[in-house]
Amino acid sequence: MSNRYRRSQSSIRKEDVRTLIQNIGKRVYKDLDSQIFPTLTLHTRSVKNLVYDPNLRQYVLGAATVTRSSQNIKQIRPFTQLIWLAYFTDKLVREGKTSTLRDVFYSAQAFEVEFSDQPESDDIITDLEVILSRAREDFNVYPEERSAIFGDLNIEYTVKGYEGRRLNLASHPDGYLIGPSLSTAEFIDTSAEIIIAVEKGGLFTRFVEEKVHERFKAIIIDTAGQPPRSTRYMLKRLNNELKLPVYVMTDGDIYGEHIAMVIISGSANAAHLRDLAVPTGKWIGVWGSDIIKYKLPSIPLTDIDIKRVHELKRDPRYSGGIWARELEVFLKIKKKSELEAFAKYGLTTIVDKYLPQKLEEAKSY
Amino acid sequence: MPDSQVAFSEISPSEFFYRNRDLAGFSNPARALYSAVRELVENSLDACEAFSIHPDIYVRITTPEASPTRTDSNHYLLKVLDNGPGVDAKHIPKAFGRVFFGSKYELKQARGMFGLGGTMAILYGQITTNKPVIIRSSTDGKTLEVIHMMIDIQSNSPVILKRESLPANGSTGTSVEVMLEGDYSRSSLKIQEYFKQTALVNPYANLTLVDPQGKLSFYERATQQLPTPPRETLPHPHGIDVEALRRIIKKSKDPNMLKFLCRNFHRVGDKIARKFLDFAKINPDMSPNQLSNEDIVTMTDALHSFEEFLQPDGRCLSPIGEEILKTGIMKELDPEFVVVATRPPAAYSGFPFIVEVGLVYGSKQLGQGLELLRFANRIPLLYDEGNDVSWKVMNNEIDWKRYKIPQDAPLAIITHVCSTKIPYKTVGKEYLADRIEVEREIKNAIREVLRKVYTYLSHKGSLEMVKRKTNIYSHFLPLIAKFSQELAGADILPRYKKLLESRVAKDPETNTPEERQTESDSKPLEKEEHTDEKPILRFNKEGQLTLEEFADE
Repeated sequence: MSNRYRRSQSSIRKEDVRTLIQNIGKRVYKDLDSQIFPTLTLHTRSVKNLVYDPNLRQYVLGAATVTRSSQNIKQIRPFTQLIWLAYFTDKLVREGKTSTLRDVFYSAQAFEVEFSDQPESDDIITDLEVILSRAREDFNVYPEERSAIFGDLNIEYTVKGYEGRRLNLASHPDGYLIGPSLSTAEFIDTSAEIIIAVEKGGLFTRFVEEKVHERFKAIIIDTAGQPPRSTRYMLKRLNNELKLPVYVMTDGDIYGEHIAMVIISGSANAAHLRDLAVPTGKWIGVWGSDIIKYKLPSIPLTDIDIKRVHELKRDPRYSGGIWARELEVFLKIKKKSELEAFAKYGLTTIVDKYLPQKLEEAKSY
Repeated sequence: MPDSQVAFSEISPSEFFYRNRDLAGFSNPARALYSAVRELVENSLDACEAFSIHPDIYVRITTPEASPTRTDSNHYLLKVLDNGPGVDAKHIPKAFGRVFFGSKYELKQARGMFGLGGTMAILYGQITTNKPVIIRSSTDGKTLEVIHMMIDIQSNSPVILKRESLPANGSTGTSVEVMLEGDYSRSSLKIQEYFKQTALVNPYANLTLVDPQGKLSFYERATQQLPTPPRETLPHPHGIDVEALRRIIKKSKDPNMLKFLCRNFHRVGDKIARKFLDFAKINPDMSPNQLSNEDIVTMTDALHSFEEFLQPDGRCLSPIGEEILKTGIMKELDPEFVVVATRPPAAYSGFPFIVEVGLVYGSKQLGQGLELLRFANRIPLLYDEGNDVSWKVMNNEIDWKRYKIPQDAPLAIITHVCSTKIPYKTVGKEYLADRIEVEREIKNAIREVLRKVYTYLSHKGSLEMVKRKTNIYSHFLPLIAKFSQELAGADILPRYKKLLESRVAKDPETNTPEERQTESDSKPLEKEEHTDEKPILRFNKEGQLTLEEFADE
């Protein structure tokens, strides 16, 4: 694949988003000009309209739709805010600028469409995602929180002012923030064969120190807890474009299991989006059964933990495989362990023993 | 043995009240000053109204200076002057110097009942300062009678110290000047409040108060309309007791029981009288004088239990009237909304009464939350609110939630009960007993005004809603137009003005100047933006009208 080809792909995607956004404006303009109160129809994001798609292995929005009308006294404000957001993001993309969710919240005030709080503006942003069927990153809106990436991957920036500039992601031992410029960068080439996503910055640093990227030919990603969308989008791209398998390593508890689940099957909150899941990804641990097998130091599950297990058991994504099995194990042993628990057996044990064993094991499921 | 003998002696009414002055509201210096003001002002108001004179009452409280014997002066000189009919010179000593002498024994509505209050103030002044009272009065506007006098408490009789006739200044009226012990600093709030509330229910009066610091408060007359004066009335059979019946019998010269009933009782005619006599098993032809003591007791019971007597009518009553009450409320409280309900006449124990209730919403004079102003026979009741029947009704009988009135709404309820006999619980005339009939009427009246304020508030709410609505459209629709224009890359704004007008025009009453402003603001824009509205006819340089359509092409 030539670089030129990839670059045009990226800009096509941006142009595509702008067309979609502008089409909304054109429809509204036409309605107003014809003395019709404009309306916008979008898929309902209520829990009732969440459908689990076993093929995609993720939640998708059902057929139910909702119409926002500018004629409705209660809807005209959010309607205006949505049109403003379309106008605002169209400008962002055109000018090659990015905005955080917080920026969006404040920017609205200059246009007299102020939001009462950030959840309200976040909600409108999600509405626009639903209408466009595109993630907010596609129209240059990013969350604040960022996670990190490290490994032998050459990228080329596409952001304004850095176009054409290249970087090797193994050049800095603390890793690179997965921010807007990295998310939109083109992948040039890599020697890596796998992606390992870890839940914690501490383990990420340990992996860099222990040269996991060389020993296992891996690109390492720190998800910093539940990964932000840009990180999931990055994982998806690495998986898609470079055809690299994704492995996820989390704490040995149900929250860790759910982090892996969201990376692999997407979240219910983003049921309207398709580009955020890596269905071929694998959760390699720490499993409940590993706590027994590796005799890890553990702490007992709390009542809240147990309640959460029962909640997850009702989720169709947990209906089979290791997902269901490990939930049962947690429930049975009523224990949980952190990744750091391996330190009991020496700081490098997790890299020297656990990781290779689990990667090997992953071939069998 | 003389030692063991108990001394029996008669005490006079003056003596009785001297000993029990706290019963009449003279329990301490602060309260006494307030009560003295009140009693004298009410006498003046009654006197004026009885003669359909617009009351003009002047009250002055001063601290006498240069009293060499006393330095810690808690003595006050109270002067109350009115423009009433005046008191005939020969009645003055007894009218002001004797307890239970007065002009108000007839059965009709009046503020005072027994001429007790005014005399009580004088009596209290005398026992605390040992100074004479000075009465000045003119009945013809030509001569002014001036009497300095004291009361002989043991004999309940006036003692005149000085008497003179002077030329009057042309107007009738009475003034009472009494020195008494008081505490103005602790009663000033109540006295001010008393004036304010009196002005509220007597808006046809001019009231002036000059306090010891020389501060003058003037409550100006706001209407020439006077309430219809009450008519004197006969007692209703239900309200009669044994003693009253005996007195009526003694006074009457009626030949037989039938005539006796018809002539001496309220709303008793031939037919009802016969029915009653049949019910009480009394011979209609019997002479009233033949009734024995036991007969009188039995007959009193029968009068009470016979249910076919007609209810007393309200002609002996003088309610404030909706118009006058509203005038008074507007004058003193200047509220956003006022409503008054007047109940039809009702009766308890044979005494007719009328309940009037006013509701005041949104006055700057009022604080947040509910306030209760109570009146009886046009007297403000300022003490013991928690014991009053109106308080009880408001707190226990009204389901406030039903009327959707916010808890902190600036609301005042004004209750006025007028009756030939107000069911006061004490001599101090401060709160009304919870007579079930009175309670019911107050409850119904309060409900009536609450229903009206509910309608008002919900109407107001929906108006505000409509106003807010049009504001919302005129804010957001232009924004939608602007953003969509940008997105569509169009050169001009879409023609959304008609849509906006369709929202605004729906509710013509909300077309406030503010909104008209936004409308006219936006009009020039419309003309610029829409070429199809370009005028075809124009003036040319020579000032002639020309067709432009060709020139444009």
